[in-house]
This record gives sequence, C-alpha cells and structure tokens, in this order.
Amino acid sequence: MKRLAALAPAALLATLLLFSWAGPLVRRTDPDTLDLRLGTGVASAAHPLGTDESGRDVLARLMVGGRVSLAVGTLATAVALVLGTLVGGVAGWRAGWVDGVLMRATDAAMAVPVLFVALAVLSLFGSRLPLLIGIIGATSWMGPARLVRAEVSTLRQAEFVVAARALGRAGPGIFLRHLLPQLIPLLSVAASVGVAYAILTESALSFLGLGVQPPRASWGNMLTGAQASLYTAPLLAVWPGVMILLTTLACNSLGQALRRRHAP
Amino acid sequence: MSGAGFLARRLAQGLIVLWIVTSATFALMHLAPGGPSILADPKLSPVERRAIEERLGLDRPLPEQYLAWHRNLLRGDLGRSYMYETPAGRTVVERVPNTLLLAGLALALSLALAVPLGVRAGRRPGGPADRVLDLASLAALSLPTFWFGIVLIILFAALWHLLPAGGMTTPGLEDSLRDRLRHLVLPVAVLALPITAELLRYVRSGVAAAGRAPHVPAARAKGLTEGQITRRHVLRNALLPLVTVIGLQAPILVGGAAITETVFSWPGMGRLGVEAALGRDYPVVMAITVTVAAAVILVNLLLDLLYRWIDPRVGIE
Repeated sequence: MKRLAALAPAALLATLLLFSWAGPLVRRTDPDTLDLRLGTGVASAAHPLGTDESGRDVLARLMVGGRVSLAVGTLATAVALVLGTLVGGVAGWRAGWVDGVLMRATDAAMAVPVLFVALAVLSLFGSRLPLLIGIIGATSWMGPARLVRAEVSTLRQAEFVVAARALGRAGPGIFLRHLLPQLIPLLSVAASVGVAYAILTESALSFLGLGVQPPRASWGNMLTGAQASLYTAPLLAVWPGVMILLTTLACNSLGQALRRRHAP
Repeated sequence: MSGAGFLARRLAQGLIVLWIVTSATFALMHLAPGGPSILADPKLSPVERRAIEERLGLDRPLPEQYLAWHRNLLRGDLGRSYMYETPAGRTVVERVPNTLLLAGLALALSLALAVPLGVRAGRRPGGPADRVLDLASLAALSLPTFWFGIVLIILFAALWHLLPAGGMTTPGLEDSLRDRLRHLVLPVAVLALPITAELLRYVRSGVAAAGRAPHVPAARAKGLTEGQITRRHVLRNALLPLVTVIGLQAPILVGGAAITETVFSWPGMGRLGVEAALGRDYPVVMAITVTVAAAVILVNLLLDLLYRWIDPRVGIE
C-alpha cells in the first residue's frame, strides 16, 4: 500500500514527462503552424483536440507547453533548494546570532506577497525564462530553509559529526560529506512539493500575461487564449488545466508519500 | 517581557521589514532598464516630463534620491498613474474595499468550513473521515485557482446560466443586494478553496496532537462526553496556532485575490495590479507593492498581539 502510494504518482509523472518530451518527436505536428480551415476547438483527424483561437494544433501545443512548464518548475525548484539548503544549513550549523538573523530574514521573506513582487519585477525587466525561473526560485526557498535548519541543528550534535570535528575537518567539508547525505530524504520531499508550487506559480503568471510569453506555448498562457471562447469552445479551456492539475497532483502526492515513508 | 515592550519590539521589527521593502523597490526601479525615469509618463510632453524628473530629483545624487523617495512615500505621494491619470496612491486605495470584501468573505468561509471538517478528521486520525478529507485537501491544493475559476464560469455561466460570469453588479441593478451576492458566489468560492484546504490541514494536525495530550484521558475518566472533551479540552489548544497560520496565509490570500479578480473581472486592487503591470503603469505597480507589503506586515502584527492576548502562556517565555 505504502509502495503503491509513491509508485502511482511517480508513474503519472513519468507519463507526463514522456508526453511532453517524446510526444512532439513521435507526432510531428508543428505547434506554431496556423490551420484556419477549422473552427476554434473543432476536432478532426489531423487535429484530435482541435485548433485554438489562432488555428494552432492544441495537442501539439499541450506537448511543447508541458516542456516549458515542467522545465521552469524543475529549475525554479532547484534554485529554491540550493538557496534553502544554504540559508538553513548555515543557520543550523552556526547557531547563535547568525541563526537568529537568518531565521528572522526567512520569516520576513515568508510575509512577502510573491505574486505582486513577481508582477513588479517581470514588468520592469521584461519577462524572460531565466528571470521567471529565478524569481519563482527566489521566492520559495523559505520552506526548505526551515526544514534544513531544523535537521542540521539536531545533526550537529550527533556523534559522527562531533567525531569528524574532532578529526579536524572544517565545517563546509563536514556539511558536504556527512550532513548533506542525511538531508536527502528531507530534500526529496521538499523537491516534489516544490515543483507543484513552482508549476502553479508559473502557470498563474503565464495566464496573467507576465510569465511565458506567446507565441511560445505554456499551459498557463494557453488558458489566456482559451478564455475568449469559453461559450463556444469550452474544451479549449479544459485541457491545459487538466494537464496542470495532473502534474501538481502527482508531485504533491509523491511528496506526501515520501514524507510518510520517512516519518510514519 | 511586558506588553508595552513586546508591542514596541514587534512594531520596530515591522517597520524594519517595511523599510527593507521600500528600499528594495527603490533599488529595483534603479536597476530596471531606463532607470527611475520610468516613473514619468512617456506620453507627457518633454517639458512636463522634465518637471516630474525634477520633482523625483533624478538629476541628484543617489542618496538624495533615496531620501526623496521615502519622503514622498511618507506623504502618500507615489506619482501619477499613466493609465488613469490620477494620483497612483489614491487609485490603489480606492480599490482596496472591493478586495477586502472578496478576501474577507473568502477567509470567513474558509474558517467556517475548515474548523468543523478539521476537527472531524483530527478526532480519529487514520479514520475514514480523515482519509477522505486528506485526499480532498490534497486535490484542492493541487488545483490551479485560475483554471478552477474558468471551469466554474463554463459550468455556471456558459452552460447552466445560473450565475454571472464576472463583474460586481449587473448594469441597472446596482442597488439590488441579491444581484451583488450572486456576483460574489463564484469568486469567493474560488478564493476560499485553497485556503480552506490549507487551514483544514492545520486544524486536523492540531486536533490530533491535542487529543494525545494527557489531560484528555483524564477528562474522559471524569465522565465527560466526547463532544464536551472536544469543545473544552481539545479545540482551545488546537485552534490557537490557527491565528498564526492565518497570518501566513495573508500573502497567499492577496495573490489569490489578484488571480481571482482577473478571472472574474472583479474591480479590486489585485486586478488593478495585473493591469498596471501589463500596461507598464509603474507608479501604480510600485504603489501596490508597497501597499500590499504594508498591509501584510500590519496583519501579522495584529495577529501576534491577538495571539498574546488569547494565549496567556506566550507572555511568560
């Protein structure tokens, strides 16, 4: 039962990855070519899910849109985990006033309304993928930082750490060699939940017009276009949302299953 | 620590965070392509532009500009909106009540649902109610809110014609309370869903933890009914942390409000922010960033005070 709880979401994630990365290689319909012979959202043999408001193949756009969403989600989470491990690791390891300052800063960062900061930065600097990844990562490191800090501040008292210290190893060396491997279960939970959060944020920003910019497809910005034909072709607004939901659901349940495995 | 000392300390912390926010916005404007002159409307004549740049002190040294930015902020002067040609600060503040209405109702609905459901789930951890609610809250937290809003519009407005698709009122029916309420149903439901799920999880684990406390079997031995135990001995302890959790939800609530307002064409501060960001109306974007940050800091400060007031143990530490 426990194994199934982790396997099912992992299999779903693998399917989604396959759909997005291998899909366009097998089904070679161009996601940007316009085909205006059909009405918006009308399905045909060439376009099983129909064409969107500009006459582009919806299935092909779902595939390449998935590439963007999954890549942004994964990379943004990587940024958040590196930042979080750094802040939480230093705070937990050094303790004392360093810990105090870093954790108050973490509290303050948690009170920042992410969406508005993202709106301001993306409108000031223009929306580009690296900036989008950076901003999602830079606004979601606080959760991992707290987890890592709690774990490191207990582990630093552990006998194998005290022994490594006694042998004269330096702090960063002990952290990398002895502590980081201990943190992997914790970080894997944070990673799967983090990817869900990052994809939700990316798709919301793209939906609002400030994330992934058209003509490049993303699940979020496909919904922006679909909004114009909610009354005539409602299915156009259903598919991208289902893709996002499947992805976040898979990530969140994987995270939950991993958490239960480590702390029953 | 005395009450006054605590208040002073928290107030000082809040002001420091606010100062970091205003400094960061200042830094952002100066790092942006084009620099802070983006705050002067590009549509204006060169003479008017020059006047604004002079008022902002753009020809002055950086430290002086930094002081001027804060001086203007203190006076509530955040420049003029390009899109509306009104003072940016006032334009933002005018939209606040609409957002507060939406967010307030959503928060109230979330609490009304999350507390009884969370108690239900936490009373018997691992029981059928707990499992169903665990799955439901996981699904709710995975649901993209803007898409949920779109699906509700398709169902309730496009297919079934039961509720309006957006806006605050139907033209001609501005005075009808019923009409206003009908416009509130979908946006409030969308905004409340993820917050309900989040709060439910906290109530559930709070109730489960409080149920394991040694005074609970004692109360049971005394002959109290399960209902009495829950109400008197479990709920009080379990609900205290909720005050802090609501503070943590505040940034999510305002962000969610921006998305919900955009989907449902609700004339609130969040939609104003999205439109300003898309239209490069920088004075309004800056005004909203500072306003929202100040509001979140204030809410957290008030909740801290509330927490101290309802939980006498906090002051002793």
